[in-house]
Amino acid sequence: MAGLATTLGSGAMTNSIEELGDAATILALGTNTTAAHPIVALRVKDAVVKGAKLIVANPKEIDLCRFADQFIQHKAGTDVALLMGMMRVIVDEGLHDQEFIAERTEDFELLRASLKGFDLETAERLTGVPREKIAEAARTYATNKPASIIYCMGITQHIHGTNNVMAVSNLALLTGSIGKPYTGVNPLRGQNNVQGACDMGALPNVYPGYRPVVDPGVRDAFETAWDCSLSPTPGLTHTEIFDLVGEGRITALYVIGENPILSEANAGKVKKDIEKAGFMVVQDLFMSETAQLADVVLPGASFAEKDGTFTNTERRIQRVRQAIDPVGDAKPDWWITAEIAKRLNAKGFDFTGPEEIMAEIAEVVPAYGGVTYARLEQVGLQWPCPSEDHPGTPILHVERFGTPTGKGRFMPLEHVPSAESPNEEYPLLLTTDRSLYHFHGTMTRRVYGLNILEGEELVKINPEDAVTYGIENGDVIRVASRRGEVEAKVLVTDTCPPGTVSMSFHFAEVPTNVLTCSELDPVAKTPATKVCAVRVESL
Amino acid sequence: MRVHDLTIDGVAVSAPEGTTVLDAARKKGIYIPHLCDRPDLKPVGVCRMCTVEVEGKGLVISCKTPVRDGMVVRTESEGVSKVRQVALELLIADHDSDCLTCAKDTNCSLQRVARHVGVDSPRLARIRRERDRRPLDTSNPFFDFDPNRCILCGICVRTCDELQNINAIDYTFRGTKTLIAGFGNRPRIETNCESCGECVVRCPVGALVPKDSRQPSKLVRTICSFCGCGCGMLLGVRDGEIVSAAGDFKNPASRGRLCVKGRYGYRYVNSPERLTTPLVKRDGEFIPVGWDEALDLVAEKFSESMGDSFATIASAKCTNEENYVVQKFTRVVMGTNNIDHCARL
Repeated sequence: MAGLATTLGSGAMTNSIEELGDAATILALGTNTTAAHPIVALRVKDAVVKGAKLIVANPKEIDLCRFADQFIQHKAGTDVALLMGMMRVIVDEGLHDQEFIAERTEDFELLRASLKGFDLETAERLTGVPREKIAEAARTYATNKPASIIYCMGITQHIHGTNNVMAVSNLALLTGSIGKPYTGVNPLRGQNNVQGACDMGALPNVYPGYRPVVDPGVRDAFETAWDCSLSPTPGLTHTEIFDLVGEGRITALYVIGENPILSEANAGKVKKDIEKAGFMVVQDLFMSETAQLADVVLPGASFAEKDGTFTNTERRIQRVRQAIDPVGDAKPDWWITAEIAKRLNAKGFDFTGPEEIMAEIAEVVPAYGGVTYARLEQVGLQWPCPSEDHPGTPILHVERFGTPTGKGRFMPLEHVPSAESPNEEYPLLLTTDRSLYHFHGTMTRRVYGLNILEGEELVKINPEDAVTYGIENGDVIRVASRRGEVEAKVLVTDTCPPGTVSMSFHFAEVPTNVLTCSELDPVAKTPATKVCAVRVESL
Repeated sequence: MRVHDLTIDGVAVSAPEGTTVLDAARKKGIYIPHLCDRPDLKPVGVCRMCTVEVEGKGLVISCKTPVRDGMVVRTESEGVSKVRQVALELLIADHDSDCLTCAKDTNCSLQRVARHVGVDSPRLARIRRERDRRPLDTSNPFFDFDPNRCILCGICVRTCDELQNINAIDYTFRGTKTLIAGFGNRPRIETNCESCGECVVRCPVGALVPKDSRQPSKLVRTICSFCGCGCGMLLGVRDGEIVSAAGDFKNPASRGRLCVKGRYGYRYVNSPERLTTPLVKRDGEFIPVGWDEALDLVAEKFSESMGDSFATIASAKCTNEENYVVQKFTRVVMGTNNIDHCARL
């Protein structure tokens, strides 16, 4: 999200899910939409039925390709080269929106200069995609408007994820396909409330509403609002936190609703780090692999057992309503945290319920300023919604961007190779994916029927590679990287290109993330889980 | 857009170009019986129940007949009744008659149409054929298909095609052997069916029913807990347990649709593996304790790690309110900005 915050001023979907159905062109990058966001995928299919051109760019042949006019199967980790190659074509052929660029953007000349390094020959060499296909996609996106881009973790989970995101926003700014209906730069957010957790400041560098902790003026305002004094030092990210736990510099850890032993990159190391934690509290629905290592486990209430709000990927704040009593002695997470705070003699945690908490949120987060439970009763509100009479904002950046200058910023970019490239010892590239039938796993693995539909991990491997390594469909093989190894069954399929294998990470029995690479993007600190080098061995 | 003026049973009706007679009647509150029509699917006209009489044209099926200026439509006539009754009795003759054991009893389109059209019992008894019961397809873990209750309206086939673009099922065989099934009559679990359940929702009779067909005693509007789409859902509650989930057609993000996780994945909530009490580890074993004891211990231990020796991993599964409270706790009480969640995973 750091990429879009820099170029557009806001790291969220610029347009609404519903608008996708009326786009003339949809470019789907690094998103296995039918599996990870099935209902968004329905809108994409609606658009195709109405005659839209769908361009899918993905290292794997995903289900969405069935509906695509153009399928670009570029090498994993070469998104910048692909997108810059497309932009080079657009500029060379004069298909860019010069009026939009002049009025709404800045630093176009910087971009133009950096496009010099991305002639079609270079783009073809880096991505492995024939140059005519890159040019065709560029022309379609630039001329068949309105054009919308959707993308997901296939763009962000790289050592150069921020660059990838900036390349996406460059492309949209170049053609003026942003700030208008049926267009935009649309990151599909993974978890039900990942957008809301970010909005609320569950991030180390910003307070609620994305205001930086290093800004003294902002800090003053929050110190007044919360009647306290606040640390001026930005905190640590996920991956860094576990490093410091392992080093003994973080001595107490409070983990809520997360299972880092399965979900973190380089999970083997994370497990060792966590074992060294002085004191760990895990608040969860289930005795997860992480909870087993905790000193105290607290039973949280599920979404069906509490009131509150989730903010979906299109920035829509929606009401979650209690349907049943919490099971056993489980309690809502807000209650548990507030009780701990009160035991530490803190003021400002005497909330009677979620509605009162939302009232405080509305006071301190301008984009939520007009949000009340009464207004959310019917269909929810899309932020920014700064006042009680504001209708919410389906489309961002209509008149100005959220950057300090109000203009969209072009970013010059270079191709950066992935952190790990295949070599003799680890000759294959592993990329992670998701299944329609599971989420991360802690919840869905406990649904009997979902395990019938998909009950085990399958390593997807191209038939050519299967022959090379003497592997047959259904064999159990070992997959090893520099960091660890797992054993799993094989599915031989040409959805994976030669040289690439693919695995999900839903199954505790096959903890794929012990293989993945935790090298971080230097800006967003997102781990490079989408690309790592592995070898396969039959057993 | 051009508007047509017509009359249906003597009532003046105006409808825009392209509207079918059936839709125009429905909008005016005039009931025309039908089985294979669904407002969200293209009409196919296979059930013949919506037959009406149009002056000058004779009998037509209203779901495939566009409105025209000056059209005079009669929804009942001797001819209409005859067509409907024959078609209906032939359907019922092939349909299981044990309504009381059917999950769709009282909520069944065939029952409603039969009540409206009327059935001649002696004639029905004559044409009812003894035939072998056809095997059920119970292969899907979430729903069953009973061909003995199927009326071959094709709504499930069109849902899978037009709404989901999956095409897992279609008509197979011919004549009296016609069956809705996967390619090569394979069970549904062996097809590319994604178990979204949209066909089950739309089945007008008891042919496609959820395996858990308990009726809820109340419905609660809420939002799905899996991905970032934010689909609206109605949780069906009975005796403190969630027994169903249905799409919320008022939700602008999802417009009534759910995927397999949304429709059936809620079952983790009532999993016997749920944690039900605070646990404290003593000598490597988790011991159940009360909330006060657990929270006192947590507060005491946290107070020993104030500042940057403390960190919180928050959750993108939790609500906005909960994330707000926990970041406030971390910053205000623990004195550190060490808080993050899985946004990057």
